[in-house]
Amino acid sequence: MKLIKAIIRPERFDFVKKALEDKAIYGMTIMEVMGRGDQKGIALQYRGGSMMVDLIPKIQIEIVVKEKDAEMVIQIVKEAAKTGKIGDGRIFVLPVERSIRVRTGEEDL
Amino acid sequence: MVLDTGTTAWLLASTALVMLMTPGVGFFYGGLVRRKNFISMVALSFIAFALVSIQWVIVGYSLAFGQDIGGFIGNLEFVGLSGVGMDAGDAAYPPILFMVFQLVFAAITMAIVTSGLAERVKLSSFILFALLWTTLVYDPLAHWAWGGGWAASIGSLDFAGGTVVHISSGFAALAVALIIGKRSGFGQYSMEPHNIPMTLLGAALLWFGWFGFNAGSALAADGLAANAFVVTNISASAGALAWLAASWVRGKPSSLGMVSGAVAGLVGITPAAGYVGPMAAIAIGAVAGLICYAAMLFRLKKGLDESLDAWAVHGMGGLWGALATGIFASAAINGYSGLLEGNVDQFIANAIGAISAMVYAFVVTLVLAFIIDRTLGLRVSEEEEYVGLDISQHGERV
Repeated sequence: MKLIKAIIRPERFDFVKKALEDKAIYGMTIMEVMGRGDQKGIALQYRGGSMMVDLIPKIQIEIVVKEKDAEMVIQIVKEAAKTGKIGDGRIFVLPVERSIRVRTGEEDL
Repeated sequence: MVLDTGTTAWLLASTALVMLMTPGVGFFYGGLVRRKNFISMVALSFIAFALVSIQWVIVGYSLAFGQDIGGFIGNLEFVGLSGVGMDAGDAAYPPILFMVFQLVFAAITMAIVTSGLAERVKLSSFILFALLWTTLVYDPLAHWAWGGGWAASIGSLDFAGGTVVHISSGFAALAVALIIGKRSGFGQYSMEPHNIPMTLLGAALLWFGWFGFNAGSALAADGLAANAFVVTNISASAGALAWLAASWVRGKPSSLGMVSGAVAGLVGITPAAGYVGPMAAIAIGAVAGLICYAAMLFRLKKGLDESLDAWAVHGMGGLWGALATGIFASAAINGYSGLLEGNVDQFIANAIGAISAMVYAFVVTLVLAFIIDRTLGLRVSEEEEYVGLDISQHGERV
């Protein structure tokens, strides 16, 4: 199992969710987060100089999937979250040791 | 008549009540935008209030209430409030009190227009736009209806500002929204209100302040003021229930719909408050709720980003209110008869007053916004809009 942790633009979230739904990926956990990347945020230019907005609101999606579905989910998120401009975010993939359903106690997905 | 302390006291209180409506508009709008523009939206209302306050005492009051020039505008006799003093003479209240009572109306009108600029206006351009708009659009319209202009002389009735405040701000918001353009991403992804309780609180301030708005417009502490107070509350309630029911039929009974309906009812009764009775107020409010709801659906269907529905609620609600005054005016209340009492002339006079104000406000705003947009630019840059106006225009975060 893999944990796919994607940090994306909030305004792309609807597209990502819909694209995942089309491939029958429903389970996810969403967080509103703040962050920055290599560009350290956005610099706003004014006549009197510039102003740095270093932390930008993002949506963090966490999805746990079977090993074989991981690449597909990564592709979907990559395409649906992309605008091509700086600030589209990142996807992290982590191994998952166990997954337990609280209601029934059953293991794995 | 010499100065009447009851009337003077009531007008002082009414002025303070109406003042509270302007931040009320800010909080109403602020809850409807995304969180990154919350401060900006509230600040625009405060800025509108402060700007119009200064403009009004320097020149605005004189343009609206100075000696009539051709039925269109007042002269400059009261510039800098010269001759606007404490001495009531043979009036029931001092001129300086009437001046400030009218000031708070001019200020809230400007705040309502910010609906069409939400989440994308450049603050410096807004300041210039607001000063020019209140001078070129509000002041003449106030003069037409209340300052001895042509609308009053043809007998068009506007008790508390349905035409002057609501038609003008609603259609101005539509015009300015057409010039500034849609918010980036409008129609592609959802832009949900970020704080509905804040909007409900804003609506509460508006409903409360509206008692000063309408009952204060009687310019006396008397039975007519009490009637205006009562019909105002009735119409707000009928509007709230009508919109609530309409949204229930189409899905869930939304609280935002309910308070939008209340504001629609308040707008609808504004021109009529001194001319109609309680039962007419139920009809005016309920129809206002339904008309404004339909106008909002039409606006969404057309993909127009008049973002916070000043056009649907204030513009269309004001238009209905002006026509409704011509329909429901009752001689038993204030000596004027409407269509239902067989007076077609009243209906026609009100329709002319309303439609002229609508066309004037829309066209002048369109030209004014166009000129500012092509010179200074009305809109922030793409990056500034993306990070939000709170940070980019004010350097602050919620």
